[in-house]
Amino acid sequence: MIELRAVSKVYPTRKKGAVTALTDLDLRVADGEFVTLVGPSGCGKSTVLKLVAGLLAPTTGQVLIDGRPVTGPRREMGFVFQTPVLLPWRTVRENVLLPIEMLGQPVGPVERRADDLLHQVGLADFRKAHPWELSGGMQQRVGICRALIHDPAVLLMDEPFAALDAMTREALGIELLRIWEEQRKIVLFVTHSIPEAVLLADRVVVMTSRPGRIAGIAEIDLPRPREIDQEYDDRFKNAARRIRRLVEGGGVDEGQRLDAVASSPSHVIRPPSLVGDGGAAGGRS
Amino acid sequence: MDVPRATEDAVRGPVTGTSTGDAAETPDQARERGFSLPADLGRWTAPLVSAILIVVLWQLLIVVARLQPFVLPPPMTVWTAFQGNITALVANAWVTLLETLAGFFLSIAIAVPLAILISTSAPLRNGIYPFLLLGQSVPKQAIAPLLLLWLGYGDGPKVVLAFLTAFFPIVVNTAIGLQMTPPEMLDLGRLLSASRWRLFAKVTFPAAMPYFFAGLKVAISLAIVGAVIGEFIGADRGLGQMIVVATANAQTPLAFAAILMLSFLGIALFGLICLAERIICPWYNKG
Repeated sequence: MIELRAVSKVYPTRKKGAVTALTDLDLRVADGEFVTLVGPSGCGKSTVLKLVAGLLAPTTGQVLIDGRPVTGPRREMGFVFQTPVLLPWRTVRENVLLPIEMLGQPVGPVERRADDLLHQVGLADFRKAHPWELSGGMQQRVGICRALIHDPAVLLMDEPFAALDAMTREALGIELLRIWEEQRKIVLFVTHSIPEAVLLADRVVVMTSRPGRIAGIAEIDLPRPREIDQEYDDRFKNAARRIRRLVEGGGVDEGQRLDAVASSPSHVIRPPSLVGDGGAAGGRS
Repeated sequence: MDVPRATEDAVRGPVTGTSTGDAAETPDQARERGFSLPADLGRWTAPLVSAILIVVLWQLLIVVARLQPFVLPPPMTVWTAFQGNITALVANAWVTLLETLAGFFLSIAIAVPLAILISTSAPLRNGIYPFLLLGQSVPKQAIAPLLLLWLGYGDGPKVVLAFLTAFFPIVVNTAIGLQMTPPEMLDLGRLLSASRWRLFAKVTFPAAMPYFFAGLKVAISLAIVGAVIGEFIGADRGLGQMIVVATANAQTPLAFAAILMLSFLGIALFGLICLAERIICPWYNKG
């Protein structure tokens, strides 16, 4: 389980003094839960991922994983970046195995797992190809395999499909869900796209910008396994609409915003202060 | 998973084989396309046409301006001198080649570790860079006589001059390349607590190779310039010395032949570096 307790992050900058990227953030993610973070640019979504990964330290507050505070980079994290960032001199399989080499572990015993992962994303025939021979969507599939190769407990994804066309994006989202159904890791998935956030998530965390804070959390009760067709489902549309209002209502005062959210019949959105207190968050572990 | 893949492939399908779809090609398809006929024809005919044009203009200039052969010899005279003195030309080219290569490899041997130091530590960078720039702003010709004074008439001054001229572009390019590691890779390294050395060997250094080779391409031509300057100042052999002697004796065609030999030398070395680049980083200029 991942817990963020009253986390804030302030970046010192040379010109403008300190910039508050995140403030007063409380979030609890249960084991096996798929949580997406949506919000405008500059709302600190990526900062949340880096805090959880231990790549950044919170200015105040605490990040806990399974009850223990995060004090530095955590190797049980798999990270998928916005761009695939594959090494062009390595084959697809060698790219997938890179984290193992970075850990200083022998590659041999893991090669089978690499091939299995590549098979799962339909790249079995491209093991020995080089990244430049792959399309953007294929490259990001390799990026996902690379993030999963060392069997991390948590998968952190920072707008992983943002650079892809809409069709590829949906296809990859569904593939990701299929892998997640099998492996049941915690997934924290940052995106700009509300439909994507709804399609993938158990819960959608909506964030507002400057300083970044949680505007609300929407539980998505669409049945799994999810399919792209569910985007035409009324429950999907309602959820997406509520989330859009939350995102756009970033400047509206707290009470009004939560009223708008509470009127939604098909899913529950609670103020951030209540989120940490168990409920659905604890239900899945 | 079959369904979404099919969707994506159906979308990409029709454009495969065009420039936008080449990412989906197999390696074989890419290779075939790379050797298509018109592109290769242009690669060889275009430079040939310009070469012929230059020779024609050269001849024309002599005829129109009524230049004496000892001022500007006609192309055929130069070619005759080249053929007639081929033994001496090759022997002297060998000398210049060895001086150039000695200086060039010396500059690689010193520039690469220096670039690593510069790229890994900000204090070192701030401590070293200004002096590199200072050194680079000194014209190498200016210190050639001093080198002669210190190192004598042998190969020493030529090697040192080749080293000094080739050094700067290698340091700067390699240092830049070493700082081009994608930040995501640095994060990945930190997450997996990869040692600095491991990250360097697996990511940072290979990623810098194209920049290193860009530096080498500039440096090799400069190394020849350095060696020739050294020979101008004082030498008893080498193509630079040959040019000085031939010009002094009004053997202008021979001087031109030596210059021709120098440019062959330069092209050959440049070509070798391009070849090495293709072998060592075949991924570059792909995709």
